[in-house]
Amino acid sequence: MNVEESKLNIELPRELLDEVQRVISMYPEGKQKSALLRVLHIAQAHWGYLSSERMDYVARLLHIQPIEVYEVATFYSMYDTTQVGKVKLEVCRTGPCMIEGAEKIISYIENKLGIKEGETTEDGIFTLKAVECLGACGYAPMLQAGEKFHEHLTEEKVDELIELYRQNPVANYMGLKND
Amino acid sequence: MTRKLLLENDHIEGIRSYDVYRKNGGYRSVEKALKKMSPDDIVEEVKKSGLRGRGGAGFPTGMKWSFLAKPDGVPRHLLCNADESEPGTFKDRYLMERIPHLLIEGMIVSSFALGANQSYIYIRGEYMYVLQILEKAIQEAYANGWLGKNILGSGFDLDLAVAPGAGAYICGEETALIESLEGKRGNPRMKPPFPAVKGLWQRPTVVNNVETIAAVVPIVNDGGDEYAKIGIGRSTGTKLISASGNINKPGVYEIELGVSVEEFLYSDQYCGGMKNGKKLKACVPGGSSVPILPHFLVCKTATGTDRLMTYESLSEGGFESGSMLGSGGFIVYDEDQCIVRNTWNFARFYHHESCGQCSPCREGTGWMKKVLHNIEIGKGKMEDIDLLWDIQSKIEGNTICPLGDAAAWPVAAAIRHFREEFEWHVKEPSLSQTQNYGLISEKSFVTESV
Repeated sequence: MNVEESKLNIELPRELLDEVQRVISMYPEGKQKSALLRVLHIAQAHWGYLSSERMDYVARLLHIQPIEVYEVATFYSMYDTTQVGKVKLEVCRTGPCMIEGAEKIISYIENKLGIKEGETTEDGIFTLKAVECLGACGYAPMLQAGEKFHEHLTEEKVDELIELYRQNPVANYMGLKND
Repeated sequence: MTRKLLLENDHIEGIRSYDVYRKNGGYRSVEKALKKMSPDDIVEEVKKSGLRGRGGAGFPTGMKWSFLAKPDGVPRHLLCNADESEPGTFKDRYLMERIPHLLIEGMIVSSFALGANQSYIYIRGEYMYVLQILEKAIQEAYANGWLGKNILGSGFDLDLAVAPGAGAYICGEETALIESLEGKRGNPRMKPPFPAVKGLWQRPTVVNNVETIAAVVPIVNDGGDEYAKIGIGRSTGTKLISASGNINKPGVYEIELGVSVEEFLYSDQYCGGMKNGKKLKACVPGGSSVPILPHFLVCKTATGTDRLMTYESLSEGGFESGSMLGSGGFIVYDEDQCIVRNTWNFARFYHHESCGQCSPCREGTGWMKKVLHNIEIGKGKMEDIDLLWDIQSKIEGNTICPLGDAAAWPVAAAIRHFREEFEWHVKEPSLSQTQNYGLISEKSFVTESV
């Protein structure tokens, strides 16, 4: 596939392009770059991760240079620039979650899924990540899957969650409207 | 009975929706402000209230507002900092999720006071579901005439939108937040110029925390004097405290500033005491950045007076024997917790979150993380403790933004108060892998550090 063809294959669906326009309209004319973080969330939710071609596409949508997109996509920890699982299990590991047993939850998931932190299961469904404070310290330990916060985790709860997402692996809808 | 100004109605069924919020007295402050007050009147009331920034720094809000430059023909902006990321802090999420209209009401009144016609709420990306709750509430506010053109026929126009971050603690720093809202990396700016002069898109800008903006609502409704009646000295009003750790009742509590730490920690109205009957070992009273207090300095100051939940009392004794109210992230540690491990955990956090602009922070945080990890896993040397002290002292004050200080303080305080526990880790490398040190002895705090 040549470069021109690959560009043609990269296009957000109509309803998401409308959403992009709505986000751009929140800012004064000429300040559309302010929409970048939100648009990257939308792109990532749609495609799963941000390849350089997808970032180039976002740059064209916002009339900015590709480098302006790359530097943002690589700065913020929520963006993935390589393939990840359909469901990211992001376990908070910071202070209050640590003292409530975050490390045990992480090893439990590692053993259950047969992967290490940072890895993706062979079937491509789960990626396990240890992340920094998610603002749920009073309800520790916790993990985030897509937009959802799952708090007061126990091994039993983790079992249920993994079963739930295995059957319906659609958690990564970060940034899209959920009705 | 404790007065609640922000969470008074948080238990009401359906309070998230416009109709229920309005029925319970919501948006009264907008009516009062737009119909009966001038922008300067509101700034005056906020000054009288003594309200101080609730994000952590505690800077007087009225004074911050009065610094806003007002050049002719240049738009001004109010930004709400909802990037809540300080470990131990989860109060803003609670408020936005439960009573989103309170924040929107505060944004309208505050924007009017500042002459801002286009305001934004910048929320951390991980709170995307809260962003959707806020957007729904904003739509309701537009539909009912509280946002948009000529609000209540006053001639005041306001557009309000929510913008997400994408996972970066540093964007809670106000100039990094502004950079991020401009669609860039969250690298803090050199100051001056301050945001009050050149902020978002180089225009005069005020950045306030969620709780600060919400507090403007009762201040306008009841008057600044009434607000200032609550509290002690320069710590006026109520404060949301996020309580976590080894306590019976973790959660978000609205306190009147001035309640004693002992009451907050042990009474059933708040934390409900230590979980499983364990002993208190330490407390970080204001989010991970503030100095950790050993058990004997939590409820009492070094001079033996009762420690209170106020800006002044929590910092009494300076960094030698005090801490800070900070963001109100109140983390409690019992006797089974390891201070070395906790300090390493926080150091790893700050290393992960350093934006990388300033070498003392970029390099120093990573260095501290590695040295602390070595001590924690039983591979530390005695001189590592002095090395840590040296590194933290060279980060503090040598960076563009306060993240460097925030990374240095927890390490400094841990060594200052818990040096014997660090030394024990070095002396007992294998024992420290299976046991915890327990409580430290009381006299150690008077020892000059290093």
